[in-house]
Amino acid sequence: MSTTIEPTVRVETTRRQPMPPRERLEAIFQVDGLDAIYSGKTAVKGVSMEIYKNLVTAIIGPSGCGKSTYIRCFNRMNDLIPGFTQTGTIHYHGQDICGSNIDPVAVRRNIGMVFQRPNPFPKSIQDNVAWGLKVLGMKDNLDERVERALTRAALWDEVKDRLKASALSLSGGQQQRLCIARAIAVEPDVVLMDEPASALDPIATQAIEQLMHDLKSEYTFVIVTHNMQQAARVADMTAFFSISQGEEGSRWGELIEYDATEKIFTAPSDKKTEDYVTGRFG
Amino acid sequence: MTSLDLTDAARRPFTGRRVRFGDVSLQVVAGTAAAAATVLVGLIVWKVVDGARPAISHEGVQFVWRIAWNPVLGREVFGAASFLFGTALTSLFALALAAPLAMGIALFLSELAPRGVRAPVTALVETLAAVPSVVIGLWGIFVLGPALQRYVEPALHSVLGFIPLFGPPGSAGPSIFTAIIVLTMMILPIVSSISRELFLGVPHELKEGALALGSTRWEMVRGVVFPYARGGIAAALILGLGRAVGEAIAVTQVIGGGVFIHWNLFDTGDTLASKIAESFQGAASDLEVSALFYLAVILLVFSLLANLTAQWIVWRVARAHGISRGGHA
Amino acid sequence: MEGLAWLAAAIAIAFLVLIVWSVARKGASELNLDLLTKGPAVTFLSTAKVGLANAFAGTIVIVGLAIAMALPVGILVAVYLNEFAPASIRNGVSLALDVLNGVPAIVIGIFVYGLFVLGHGQSGLAGSFALACLMLPLVARSTMEVLALVPNSLREAGLGLGIPQWRTTLSIVLPQTIGGIVTGTVLAVARVAGETAPLLFTSSIVGTQTSWNPRHALQSIPVAIFELSESPDPADHARAWAAALVLILFILFASLGGRWLATRSRTRMLSR
Repeated sequence: MSTTIEPTVRVETTRRQPMPPRERLEAIFQVDGLDAIYSGKTAVKGVSMEIYKNLVTAIIGPSGCGKSTYIRCFNRMNDLIPGFTQTGTIHYHGQDICGSNIDPVAVRRNIGMVFQRPNPFPKSIQDNVAWGLKVLGMKDNLDERVERALTRAALWDEVKDRLKASALSLSGGQQQRLCIARAIAVEPDVVLMDEPASALDPIATQAIEQLMHDLKSEYTFVIVTHNMQQAARVADMTAFFSISQGEEGSRWGELIEYDATEKIFTAPSDKKTEDYVTGRFG
Repeated sequence: MTSLDLTDAARRPFTGRRVRFGDVSLQVVAGTAAAAATVLVGLIVWKVVDGARPAISHEGVQFVWRIAWNPVLGREVFGAASFLFGTALTSLFALALAAPLAMGIALFLSELAPRGVRAPVTALVETLAAVPSVVIGLWGIFVLGPALQRYVEPALHSVLGFIPLFGPPGSAGPSIFTAIIVLTMMILPIVSSISRELFLGVPHELKEGALALGSTRWEMVRGVVFPYARGGIAAALILGLGRAVGEAIAVTQVIGGGVFIHWNLFDTGDTLASKIAESFQGAASDLEVSALFYLAVILLVFSLLANLTAQWIVWRVARAHGISRGGHA
Repeated sequence: MEGLAWLAAAIAIAFLVLIVWSVARKGASELNLDLLTKGPAVTFLSTAKVGLANAFAGTIVIVGLAIAMALPVGILVAVYLNEFAPASIRNGVSLALDVLNGVPAIVIGIFVYGLFVLGHGQSGLAGSFALACLMLPLVARSTMEVLALVPNSLREAGLGLGIPQWRTTLSIVLPQTIGGIVTGTVLAVARVAGETAPLLFTSSIVGTQTSWNPRHALQSIPVAIFELSESPDPADHARAWAAALVLILFILFASLGGRWLATRSRTRMLSR
């Protein structure tokens, strides 16, 4: 096994804070033998890993390896898809959130999500953030909560004079930051991001990456991205998934390697990881 | 900015599947509505059959082929045969007249008309569907009927009088012929609009392929469009037939009435639906009302058959062409 | 061949024009304010009917109640089918709605007669129920269509925030469909406002007083036209034409208006 390789991606160490040593990391999610199955076809098989608190964890891999399916297991969004089942467990603060006795709505209040395409409500900018708060019973200091969320999402300065304007009048990047503000306003523990910047231009992308960096001391971020450079820029830990093939052409996604981002991109242990980050495939 | 208490998210409870009152309520209420709509169809069938029960036991199944309608107390005898015949005669002829017209209109609006003309003409044809049957019937009594009686019927009789269909025109105004024309007008929009959508749905590549081989417009239509849309057209025709069979008001206004079977279109007649409409208010006895229910049962059977057959055809065609029914994106 | 297609279109348009022209010509001469505001009066010497106010009032009440019955049920059915029902139930109920749509109006009339009138007498309410049966499939279908146009990403946005499904459906999804629901209702009203057969059985034996009470049988415009058209008195025929003119104007207005609303809201939803 080579000790160091020439990755196609330069791991930016200057911008990032160094990760605390392993012993001091607190696991917030413990995934054990997770299989995700759509109508009998396995999409993701046998994933076991820990996700650590107050870090940014990236999930990378080629298209079709089940990254989105995997991340949606964490907030039970796959429940919406008819024919979906999963086996295995995800322990969150000691409880298995995949269990049948779990209320998915409560799970989603703790574990928020930002989607690939910005999907603000067809309401005003202010109401986009405030409505969720009102419905979830966080009505006190509403205006302050809204301002705080928008500030943390790096959007406040741009919209503070037009809070009543329709959210749909914002640009794509602004809408996505609004969605982030909406998600963090309800004070989740974890924010899941499913390719949040894939529909955005580089400047908007950079704003969102900076956001994650600034906020990770208060939230835990898990981000799915097909962009290796983004993972290298933003993530502390990186999980690499790839597609495995079985007999009769069945394919599923599997976790190949999961480690500190630097290690994944400079000295990966698995050949498949090495092939992917050096651009030899995927 | 005041310091806001940050609730420890981990301490929020999420075990114990709380069955949300709101979710259950909405599903139950909405589900009840859906169940009610389904039950309604069954209820209609049941109620109509139930109302026909006295007549069914009095007349038995011979009702279907008996020509009679005598409500005189003590000598009641009822039969549906003359009305069945009238329904068949009027609806089939109306369909025969409407089908080519509807195909022509559908072709016109999907292939032949200049762009600017399509939208307004489509709107006009659909507006014909919006005219209520009682108004068409009114027009039929005072405008169409007399015109047909004065000009068309004598002309047809003199030229084609050897055919029993075109016998001597009746002395009074109303006639089966007027009813046929009225029904043709009423089913024209539905058949043509379904056909138009079908023709528009024929994939471009198929049409262009035929034209590229050098076929004329008409050859392309005959060779590509009609075969592709064949199933849907059959469904459209069946739906049109069902509509014609079920039309009561306009028909009863122009057809004149009568309990006999004859082939002369220019004489009066009656259909199932129009007999029900016409006799209801003057029904002499409960038994006669029940006999009208019996007629309604027959009518219901026909229209259900027509409807379900059309649905089945649509389902088969949709499967062949890869479309599904309803549901969100 | 092309010529025949042109001819066919011309014939259809000719039919429409002929009818509208007749109604307009014969109806306009008789149309006056008295027709709308005065009821049919029976004088000592003759049944000189002055107006049809009772028919106009009755139609407003009956159609209004029909909307009140059909609209909530239709919306709920659509919500259930689009948001909750598994595919098999959705197909089954959809089929039932399509079958209901195909039941002839006269059979609906005799059905409601058997259900509500036998033993209790006619009423405007029974008439409304019959019209509601006719409206239900139309409202349900148009609401379903517009619900399906609401993008799934909006539902995910609400659910991802931890908002329960009922709240997301009522507060985020349904408000997007209001335009479509209004359009569907307008078109359904255009369809049933002219229906005579259901009302013949349920609300046709009326006096000459103008009543707004739906617990009794109410006169309605289509039934009035029907009765007047069968009467031997030419003055009645003139009144029938006038009523037909009003009816046709209302229905054309509602029908074309509904269609315009439909294209407008559809382009709006697709451009979002």
